[in-house]
Amino acid sequence: MDKMPKWADVVLIPLISLILAAILSALVILAIGENPVEAVNLMVTGALGSTYGWGYTLYYATNFMFTGLAVAVAFHARLFNIGGEGQAMLGGLGVAIVCLYIPWPHWSIALLAACAASMLFGAAWAAIPAYLQAKRGSHIVITTIMFNFIAAAFLNYMLVNVMRPQGSQDPATARFPEAVHLPTFQSMFSTAENAVFKGAPANISFFVAILACFVVWALIWRTRLGYEIRAYGHSETGAVYAGISPVRITIVAMLISGALAGLMATNNVMGEAERLVLNSTEGAGFIGIAVALMGRSHPFGVFVAALLFGFLYQGGAELALWTSIPRELIVVIQALVILFTGALDNMVRMPLEKLFLGLRKGAE
Amino acid sequence: MTLMKSLMGAAAAVALTAGAALAEPALIFDLGGKFDKSFNEAAHNGASRWAEQTGKTYREIELQSEAQREQALRRFAEAGLNPIITMGFAMADPLAAVAGDYPDTKFVAVDVNWLDAPNVRQIGFAEHEGSYLVGMMAAMASKTGTVGFIGGMDIPLIRHFGCGYAQGAKAVNPDINIVANMTGTTPSAWNDPVKGSELTKAQISQGADVIYAAAGGTGVGVLQTAADEGILSIGVDSNQNHLHPGKVLTSMLKRVDVAVYDAMKAGEDLQTGVFAMGLAEEGVGVAMDEYNAELVTEEMSSAVADARSDIINGNVTVVSYYENDSCPALQF
Repeated sequence: MDKMPKWADVVLIPLISLILAAILSALVILAIGENPVEAVNLMVTGALGSTYGWGYTLYYATNFMFTGLAVAVAFHARLFNIGGEGQAMLGGLGVAIVCLYIPWPHWSIALLAACAASMLFGAAWAAIPAYLQAKRGSHIVITTIMFNFIAAAFLNYMLVNVMRPQGSQDPATARFPEAVHLPTFQSMFSTAENAVFKGAPANISFFVAILACFVVWALIWRTRLGYEIRAYGHSETGAVYAGISPVRITIVAMLISGALAGLMATNNVMGEAERLVLNSTEGAGFIGIAVALMGRSHPFGVFVAALLFGFLYQGGAELALWTSIPRELIVVIQALVILFTGALDNMVRMPLEKLFLGLRKGAE
Repeated sequence: MTLMKSLMGAAAAVALTAGAALAEPALIFDLGGKFDKSFNEAAHNGASRWAEQTGKTYREIELQSEAQREQALRRFAEAGLNPIITMGFAMADPLAAVAGDYPDTKFVAVDVNWLDAPNVRQIGFAEHEGSYLVGMMAAMASKTGTVGFIGGMDIPLIRHFGCGYAQGAKAVNPDINIVANMTGTTPSAWNDPVKGSELTKAQISQGADVIYAAAGGTGVGVLQTAADEGILSIGVDSNQNHLHPGKVLTSMLKRVDVAVYDAMKAGEDLQTGVFAMGLAEEGVGVAMDEYNAELVTEEMSSAVADARSDIINGNVTVVSYYENDSCPALQF
C-alpha cells in the first residue's frame, strides 16, 4: 500500500517545496532592501507577460527539457549521469561540424543531420563512462563529472586551434551559413502586421524537445527495453535473475542519456547562437539534474519543471536588467528552488506521509 | 494583443521610472561579473567615477548567459538608453547583429576593433605593448633567469598578453626561460584563486621568481602566493600594486576605466569608429607608485621609459599574436 495518494506525490510535494523556496527568496530580497512583490511582478511580466518573454522562457526551457530527459532516462536505470554538460558540449561540436562543413540545401535536412550528429557525439561522450561503469565498476558519478572537464578542454582546443577562423580574436567558430538557420518563433508565428516573439531565441527545436518527451515516455513505459531499464533500476539482482544483462542496460541507458543531452545543441548552438562558442552550455547540463528530480523522472514532469526553470532564468534576466538586485541573489533564488525541490525533498515528504497515514487511520 | 502591449509598456515604464533622465548610459558587464578585480571591475570603477562626478545615474547588467548578450543590447536600446557600453570581445558578434537595428543608439565595444558598424565606438587596447614593458621589468628583476606567466583561459586574447610579455623578457635577456600556464578551460578559470595559487607554487618550483598573472580574479591567488613565498608578481588591468606593498613588482595597466569614463562623459555626442588605446594614448602602461617604488631600480625605469618611446616611435615593434596566430617568443 502506498503511503500517500499519487496526486500528493506528484503535485503537492513539488508545490509545497516551491512555496517554501519562494517564501525564503522573498525574505532574502527583503533583507537586501528590495521589494519582493515588485520583484515577483517583474519576473512574471518579464518572463510570461509578452511573447518576447515567452520566447526566452521557452528557449531556456527547451535546453532544460533535453538535459532533464537525459538525466531522467539514466535515473530509471539508477544511474546518476552528471555529465550532461560535457555531452551537450560535444553535441554542439557535432552540430557545428555538420553545419559548417556540409553545404545543406535546406534547414530541414540540416536539422535532421544535426540531430543525428549531436546525438552521436553526445552518446559517444557518454559511452566511455558507461563502459567503465558496466565493465570495471568505476562509479558513473565520478567519471561523468570528470568527463565534463575533459569535454571543456577538448572544446577549448578545437575552438582555439582548429575551428576558429584565421585572425578572429573570439574563440568561436564562424557563423553557420544562412541555409542552416532554423526558423525562430518570430518567423514562424509573426504575420505581416503583427510581429510576435520579437528578437527572442525560441525556435523550432522546441518542438523537437516535445517530440523527445513523447519518445522517452514511449521508450520507458511502452517498450521491452524501457521495461528492462526500469527493472534494472529497481533491483539489479532481480533484473539479473530475469535474464537482463546489467552491462547491456548500463551502456544502452547511458548512450540514450548522452544522445538526449547532445540533442540540446540543436537549440542553443544551431537555433540561437548559430555558431559554436566556448561557453555554449552554461550549466544547462546541471540544471537538467534538478529538472529531472523535480519532474520525478517522468517526461511530462520534466516538461513542466523545464518550463519553471525557463521562467526562473528569463525572470532572473529581467530582474538583472531593471533592478539593482545583484546577480548573485538571482542565483540564490534559483538555488533555493533546486535545493527545496531536489535535495530537501524528504523534508516535505516525511511530514506529509505522516499526515496522510494519520488521516487514513482516522478514516478507518 | 492589447493586453500584451500594456504589459510590455508596464515593463518599459518600470525601466524608465527607476532611472531619472531618458538618455542615461548603460553598461553591460561580461560574464566575469563587475567585481572580478580586473577587467570588468575597471569598467565599474570608471562608471562610478563618472556617476560621482556628475551626480547622474546609469543602468548596468552583469550577464549570466550567452543568450542574454543580444537580449540586454536590445532591451536597453529599446528603453532609450544611450550610449550602451559593452565589455569584452564576445559582444562583437551580438553587436554586429543588433547595432544596425538601432541606428540612433550609440554603442561602445571595449576589446573589439574589427566590426563594420557606423554607430559603434570600438576600442582596442594594445595589451601586447604594455605586456612587453612588464616583461622587460620581470627579466631585469629576475635573479634565477626564469620568469612565469599565468593566464586565465587558453584563448587568443590571453596568448596576446603572454606573447608581448615573452618578447619583452627576451629583449632584456635572450636566454631567459619563460614558464607559461593557463588556469583552466571553463569560465571558472577567471575566478579561481586557489588554482592560481597552486600554479604559482608549481612555477616557483621550476625556478620562476617573477610571475605575471593575466587571469582576472585568479590573479588574486597568484599575487597572494607570490607574496607569501617571497617572490615578485605582476598584476594586470587595474593597478594591483597596493594589494601586497613591496611584493608586487608592477601592474600592466589597461585603462578600461578611462575608456568607460570617457564614453559616459561624451554621452550621446560620442564619436564612433575604431579607436586604438596603445602606449601613446596611455591606454596601456606600467604602474609606478609608492607601493613598488623600492622594487623598481633606476635602471629598470629608464629602460622601460626608453622602450616605451621606442615603441611609440616605431623603432621597436612588438609582434601581436593576432597578426598570424603565432608568437615568435613563446610556444603555447
